Amino acid sequence: MASMRDIKRRKSSISSTQQITKAMKLVSTVKLQKAKTRAEQTTPYFDYMYRTVSSMLAKSNNIDHPYLTSGETPKKAVVVITSNRGLAGGYNTNVVKLITGADWKKEDLDIYAVGGKGAEILDRRGYHIAGSYPEIMEDPCYEDASALCKKVLDAFTSGEVGEIYLAYTHFKNTVSHEPKLIKLLPVEIPEETEEDEDLVMMNYEPNETEALNMIIPKYVTSLFYGALVEALASENGARMQAMDSATSNADELISDLTLKYNRARQGSITQELTEIIAGANAIS
Amino acid sequence: MADGNMFKVEIITPDRVFYTGEANFIEFTTASGDIGVYKNHIPMTTVLAPGIVTIHEAEGTKEAAVHAGFVEILNEKVTLLAELAEWPDEIDVSRAEAARERAEERLRNHSAEIDTKRAEYALRKALIRIDVAGK
Repeated sequence: MASMRDIKRRKSSISSTQQITKAMKLVSTVKLQKAKTRAEQTTPYFDYMYRTVSSMLAKSNNIDHPYLTSGETPKKAVVVITSNRGLAGGYNTNVVKLITGADWKKEDLDIYAVGGKGAEILDRRGYHIAGSYPEIMEDPCYEDASALCKKVLDAFTSGEVGEIYLAYTHFKNTVSHEPKLIKLLPVEIPEETEEDEDLVMMNYEPNETEALNMIIPKYVTSLFYGALVEALASENGARMQAMDSATSNADELISDLTLKYNRARQGSITQELTEIIAGANAIS
Repeated sequence: MADGNMFKVEIITPDRVFYTGEANFIEFTTASGDIGVYKNHIPMTTVLAPGIVTIHEAEGTKEAAVHAGFVEILNEKVTLLAELAEWPDEIDVSRAEAARERAEERLRNHSAEIDTKRAEYALRKALIRIDVAGK
């Protein structure tokens, strides 16, 4: 049995760790609230963008546009959104698993990593990191998304990569986040059921190709931005959960150790008493 | 004005729903020039250029600066998807002035091709901000 001193030391170290995890939980709860509101505010823009683009593409089936056909190279650009900091449970590994688990050859991939953790893990596994932007995750704004979008689209239009994917964590609600891998380019025309609103004949100015030229980059940017904001919310949600369970685990450990400590204390008192009594008996 | 002429207007930016309301007339700048839209305009999607949006509501007009995006016009609804939109009172005029000077400076000693384009864009943005805020 461990000595009283050892148990005491262990207990105090656990409770100071618990203080840290508790504080981190509080911090990520606050951050989560902020990120959540932001994610909710982004949704209308993103939804509208998605609707417009899909209805545009649904109505212009015959259009031949570079953004709608994949390039000739087998290379793929993958934008991976992870966090800069750890201690968020399986948040980062789940995103990385999407890529390592996909049916792709390592050498065909160009990774654009947003967030330091994803870049680290993928680099260690031998993936080619074409760009790493840890600073974006600190405070993602629309300009960041559009700068990133420009880089990736340039790679696409110059023929360096044939397809663009995005891996991020979709924020369903506070407790449920889902890692997602989506294909950005070429834009896949969704198999939509013909709805009545599709009957509206839409005119485009200056013309369809020009409009697509202009709208698709915006569409991709809005997807990036939406993904960034959702990823931030998911990160904080994941960290909150991880820290919550760490705090309750610490509670469990502490109560276990308290029991052990009390037992050890009682044991030592009993032993002392026995010794004194035995000594007194010996004298008399 | 008669209520029958009102249509829905929405301005949505990535960060928020900037404006929703009813108007009888709306003016904005597209890539091919300024246009005005009344109710029952033909359905059209067009590209927004940096400019001023004027929304004519039943009781007065509202102005805002918008930078880049596109517009979807339907019979009874106009939706502006803008990357950035600002009300006049949200604009920091001194910052816009500084940005204008910077852009003009850069245009004077023009170096690379891409720089000029960016500076021109920045200049336009700054001018619109000053314009909207000054009214």
